[in-house]
Amino acid sequence: MKPPPFAYHAPTTLDEALQLMAEHGYGAKVLAGGQSLIATMNFRLAAPAVLIDLNKIPELSIIQPTAEGGALVGAMTRHVQVEQSELIARTAPLLHATMPHIAHPQIRNRGTFGGSIAHADPAAELPAFLRAVRGQVLAQSRRGQRWIDADDFFIGLFSTALEPDEIVTAVRLPAMPARSGWSMQELSRRHGDFALVAVEALLTLDADGACDDVRLAFCGVGEGPVLATAAAAVLQGQRPTAEVIEAAAAIAASDDVDPHSDVHATSAYRRHLVDVLAKRALTAACARAAGEEV
Amino acid sequence: MSKRYIGQRIKRNEDPALLTGQALFTDDVHLPGMLHVAFVRSDYAHGRIRSIDASYAREMPGVVAVYTAADLGAYWRPGPPLVSPPPVKGAIFNARTQVPLAKDKVRHVGEAIVMIVAESRYIAEDAVEQVFVDIEALPAVVDLEKALAPDAILIHEDLDSNLAAYIFQQKGDYESARAQADVVIKRRLYYDHGIAAAMENRGIVATWDAKTQRLTMWDTTQAPVVIRNGMAAMLGLSESQVRVIAPFIGGGFGPKIMMFYPEEVLLPWASMQLQRPIKWIEDRRENFFATTHERDQIHWAEIALTKEGRVLGFKDEFIHDTGAYDPYGLTVPINSQCTLLGCYDVPNYASEFKVVFTNKTLVTPYRGAGRQHGVFVMERMLDIAARQLGIDRAEIRRRNFIPPDKFPYNNELIYQDFVPLVYDSGNYEPALDKALEMIGYEQFISEEQPRLRAEGRHVGIGVVTYVEGTGIGPYEGARVQVESTGKVNVSTGIGTQGQGHFTSFAQVVADQLGVSPRDVHLVTGDTDQFHWGTGTFASRGAVVAGNAINAAAAAVRRKILAMASRELEAPEEDLELVDGVVRDKKNPEFAIALKDLAAKANPLRGAVRPGTEPGLEATDYFGPERGVTANGVHAMILEVDPETAMIKILKYVAVHDCGTVLNPLIVDGQVQGGIAQGIGNAFYEKIVYDDNGQLLTASFMDYLLPTSMEVPSLDIGHETTPSPLNPLGTKGTGEAGAIPVGPLFAQAVEDALAEYDLEVLEIPLSPNRLFELLQSKNKDA
Ligand SMILES: Cc1cc2nc3c(=O)[nH]c(=O)nc-3n(C[C@H](O)[C@H](O)[C@H](O)COP(=O)(O)OP(=O)(O)OC[C@H]3O[C@@H](n4cnc5c(N)ncnc54)[C@H](O)[C@@H]3O)c2cc1C
Repeated sequence: MKPPPFAYHAPTTLDEALQLMAEHGYGAKVLAGGQSLIATMNFRLAAPAVLIDLNKIPELSIIQPTAEGGALVGAMTRHVQVEQSELIARTAPLLHATMPHIAHPQIRNRGTFGGSIAHADPAAELPAFLRAVRGQVLAQSRRGQRWIDADDFFIGLFSTALEPDEIVTAVRLPAMPARSGWSMQELSRRHGDFALVAVEALLTLDADGACDDVRLAFCGVGEGPVLATAAAAVLQGQRPTAEVIEAAAAIAASDDVDPHSDVHATSAYRRHLVDVLAKRALTAACARAAGEEV
Repeated sequence: MSKRYIGQRIKRNEDPALLTGQALFTDDVHLPGMLHVAFVRSDYAHGRIRSIDASYAREMPGVVAVYTAADLGAYWRPGPPLVSPPPVKGAIFNARTQVPLAKDKVRHVGEAIVMIVAESRYIAEDAVEQVFVDIEALPAVVDLEKALAPDAILIHEDLDSNLAAYIFQQKGDYESARAQADVVIKRRLYYDHGIAAAMENRGIVATWDAKTQRLTMWDTTQAPVVIRNGMAAMLGLSESQVRVIAPFIGGGFGPKIMMFYPEEVLLPWASMQLQRPIKWIEDRRENFFATTHERDQIHWAEIALTKEGRVLGFKDEFIHDTGAYDPYGLTVPINSQCTLLGCYDVPNYASEFKVVFTNKTLVTPYRGAGRQHGVFVMERMLDIAARQLGIDRAEIRRRNFIPPDKFPYNNELIYQDFVPLVYDSGNYEPALDKALEMIGYEQFISEEQPRLRAEGRHVGIGVVTYVEGTGIGPYEGARVQVESTGKVNVSTGIGTQGQGHFTSFAQVVADQLGVSPRDVHLVTGDTDQFHWGTGTFASRGAVVAGNAINAAAAAVRRKILAMASRELEAPEEDLELVDGVVRDKKNPEFAIALKDLAAKANPLRGAVRPGTEPGLEATDYFGPERGVTANGVHAMILEVDPETAMIKILKYVAVHDCGTVLNPLIVDGQVQGGIAQGIGNAFYEKIVYDDNGQLLTASFMDYLLPTSMEVPSLDIGHETTPSPLNPLGTKGTGEAGAIPVGPLFAQAVEDALAEYDLEVLEIPLSPNRLFELLQSKNKDA
């Protein structure tokens, strides 16, 4: 379990990093926290010719409020910094609730926010979170920069809309909408494992108490973070009674997801968990949106 | 001898070094000019090797040597059979042992085919990718039952089937017991594959020194003396030319015993060929393929009882999976067979098993070593019987316990040490009572459970018992010496794997010699220091080595008393050994320090009296006539969420009887560690092979060890029924914790989900499996 040979660069500015990316493109990989990349290299599943280490670029490690009341998180911000951030706890309570589910403290000390987004592991929480809240990813290269909506960013198994010379430099989280409620539910085999199934829910209740803009995103049940649009359609404009929630959860399980089987869980079990967790998440999110303590 | 230290909760002598990273593990050995090894391993479970092209690898810069089976010449030969079959009439045993490098055929995924020696492990792994092995794939034998089908493809083609062994043993007459029974219950039970997953993988450093003509080998082995003698024979050296050091080992649990693994056999040979030190450190992925496994068994069990729940007889037939080879003989299935009857007075028993070869990694003992399978079968059958007869689960066990006045109790079966299994001593009811009290059994069943159920919660309780045959022979030995510094040196050959030997053995010596355990320095597992012994396995350290050390220390004590009596001019019976001095009990000012006595016993000038030996030193041995039986009771309260099939352990209690407890802190640690492994085996860990014999769970992402988050804090109680078979009265404890956890889980889960009327007949469970069991009930309903 030793990696094959590779060249290593440790730029100290973003410009330098982008220059290196422009030079090496396809053959290069950026090294963030290394919690996923180093393991895949040691297993010889990945063999990048060049590693571009972002750890020496301080400007990528930030958490800032945005003018719209949301937050901007730098790509190299460690999971633990997000977990402990007051600003995040205030402006993005769903993210705050999500962080402890990501791996173990040791891994959260090294793993990065941007790394998790760029890696796009289908079982990872943050991509699902980002879809639920309609976050945006800032991609930069020598050619310029662009904001990519989360819905467009994740395009498949470990694959994203990034071009080979682009680096994720930051992620923008919108402010919580008014009258909104959220919930995060996860089941994993052991504490800290990747989720068998997890769900990130964000929804709004209109003045009549009917559901509006339901965002229900799952991880662990598809090629990437899965947005449950059919379930959202069931809820849209409805008052969230237990029956409606149950119906929406059932639709999420039957129509929105197509889970795989692996040694930990069969497709049927994952589907069942989608139903159970969707119900729990929707119930809690609606309660929060209605101003109840959860 | 005083009992000042034995029985004390003393912190471990070895921990400061271990906790500060000072302790020497095999991978800490760095020698100048050392080379590194990686192996090309089979990607196929079963196949014929057509050709091997290593020419690219040989040319790579930094690659020093590449060996295939053909390159080994006369050194290539199958490993030695380690354990011969037990002397049971009608036994069949086909010994087929592992080979250093696969020659014509590969028989499991991960079997070593080519050894690469390079300047670094990085280069060696790069070279592995440049070796091309052409293998003609054969169908893989994976399923135990299909392995014996008449048309099954043969793993060892010189045999006429995949049958590795067959044993039938009985006691009494099962058929007539069955005829008298009120109820007869039959079930098929399944115990799946698992691995030990020690924290430290295997590792070897070998160095041949041409100047001294000696080979030194650091090896993560649990049996250094056996390895030394075996390696000397294989390499054509004298035993004194080989030194095997088993330094600190990060957990052994059985697979590190004395396998003569391919790597173990090849490294010393290559070091002699290349005249350079060589290191191989197994990585975690290799460990999944190349270090031995344990577990698959299928049982067809039948229990015959009276309506009062007295067991009249038990019949069991099972198939045991030995993997691709069977160097370790029948230890595991014999343990299953002999442990099944447990704490119970069962007059009639008929048990037969078949061992099959499959295209999987070899199966050898792993903590519990087959005992848990037997316990699983018996405990499950008792639970089913209790339910059918309307008897409380604890009560049916109590009714069948061997009463204390029936010891020694002869179970009449030939055990793994080749003598009939006779329980030396035991007192089972107090352990059960204590466990029931600690878990609050009555109160839980009568009050708490109904209350929680009314709240919609699914909580269940379980209680199971077990015995463990421990402390088997043949023998261990030790040399004890009081130095002229006053410190005491102890050497033994047993080796250690993290069980606290440096402390519990020091306590024994301290009590014999009146010194502090901190002044007792133990060397174990360095064959230059002591070259007699068998190894650390079968829960035998405290029993066999403990008593050998006790005997050697007692001999030194006799020397001390004789000499001090002369020096102090006082009769021996007036003397006592306290705080490093020998003194006259009546006149404590008449005293001489042990260090002064030691100096006098090794004079630089003058005559030594004829017939005396220099120094305060003695060597002695202990060989028990047979093993001793420890026992215990575990109880657990567990909650299940039937919607998600996730579980949570709310309370866990273990009461354990290992005779004299040398150090309760260490015994608690052993029990706790065993239970952690048991919980893993019961609910988290599962080795999964697909139909092609590919291992699907070869990393810790997929093979789930329980962590501190999954293992609750445990309440541990002790009962003490000393063994009459050894002077210290000890019984083994290393494996105990792991043994009864499977059936305990099964029982508690069934109880928690009582309304679903589940029957759990397999281990391990998992949320997914539980979900399927619940689904099948929903469908039935
Ligand atoms: C035992 C264990 C358990 C884990 N459990 C979880 C879990 O439960 N949930 C979870 O979400 N994660 C889990 N992880 C993964 C962890 O969160 C990682 O930190 C994360 O997936 C990757 O972040 P990283 O900073 O370590 O990225 P790295 O490993 O350094 O990189 C991962 C990939 O992303 C690319 N990359 C990284 N940063 C950028 C960037 N800024 N721009 C472009 N590409 C980039 C790299 O080139 C590489 O291909 C676990 C990891 C381990 C080892």
